[in-house]
Amino acid sequence: MRIKIIIFFTILNFNIVNAETFLVDSNKIFKNLRCLICQGQSVADSNSEFAQTIKLVVRDQIKDGKSEKEIYDFLIEKYGEWIVYKPPLNKVNFLLWLLPYVVFVAGGAIIFLLFKKRENR
Amino acid sequence: MQKKIIKLSILLLIIFIIGVFFIGLNKNSIYDTKGLVGQKITKIKLDHFSKNKTITEEDLNKNNFTLINFWASWCGPCRDEHSILLKLNKEKNLKLLGVNVKDKKNNALEFLNDLGNPYDYLARDELGKHSVNFGIYGIPESILINKDLIIIKKFIGPISKNDYEYIKNIIRK
Repeated sequence: MRIKIIIFFTILNFNIVNAETFLVDSNKIFKNLRCLICQGQSVADSNSEFAQTIKLVVRDQIKDGKSEKEIYDFLIEKYGEWIVYKPPLNKVNFLLWLLPYVVFVAGGAIIFLLFKKRENR
Repeated sequence: MQKKIIKLSILLLIIFIIGVFFIGLNKNSIYDTKGLVGQKITKIKLDHFSKNKTITEEDLNKNNFTLINFWASWCGPCRDEHSILLKLNKEKNLKLLGVNVKDKKNNALEFLNDLGNPYDYLARDELGKHSVNFGIYGIPESILINKDLIIIKKFIGPISKNDYEYIKNIIRK
């Protein structure tokens, strides 16, 4: 009996863990969406008509089984990239994404060269 | 040689930063969805205002041009543009689809009884969810589309006299 109970709870636990893994977090999405008619507020922070409508649409899409990416893609198609706080990488903004890495690598190279120069002296 | 490279790098960095600021400060920071012109509207599914039917793409691609107008009885600027919509209703090449957003049915009917009904099709979007499919973020907004359901122009706010002239020119071509 005890073994059966242990097996039951183990399976239940696995199911809960799996369910949470596949659950799309609506609050996370709301926080990454800009309220287009508000001053510097996300959809999560705003109670405007626009934010309320977007919340309804996002919840509907989650219910329909859409992934986080699919929801962002849909809203970007309708409102442009301005609606998301974290825009996807594309040919217009690739410099914005790559520049920190380029600066990081270039900085490292300069430091390396300076150290090497000192050692040679 | 190394000093020259460092000097050149610093100079390029300064030019880059100035360039970013110059472009950034000259850019219009007021958001609108006018950039969506040229996109095709798909998955149109709007509940008819009074009948138990759905307005879809098939209803709209019969028309050469359709003006989709999002309105509500509680919206002041919608009253301002109403007389222009009534004038547009007389144009042969254009059909008007009115989408009543987040409104009470009785108030919407009263609004149309008082001011006149310019719409060839009338739909209802009680919660505003269908309007998201059209990239709507405020009321009133209007979208001029052609037979292929491609957005020709978006009008944010009430339709002005200039907008009226613009629409007339487009549909009479």
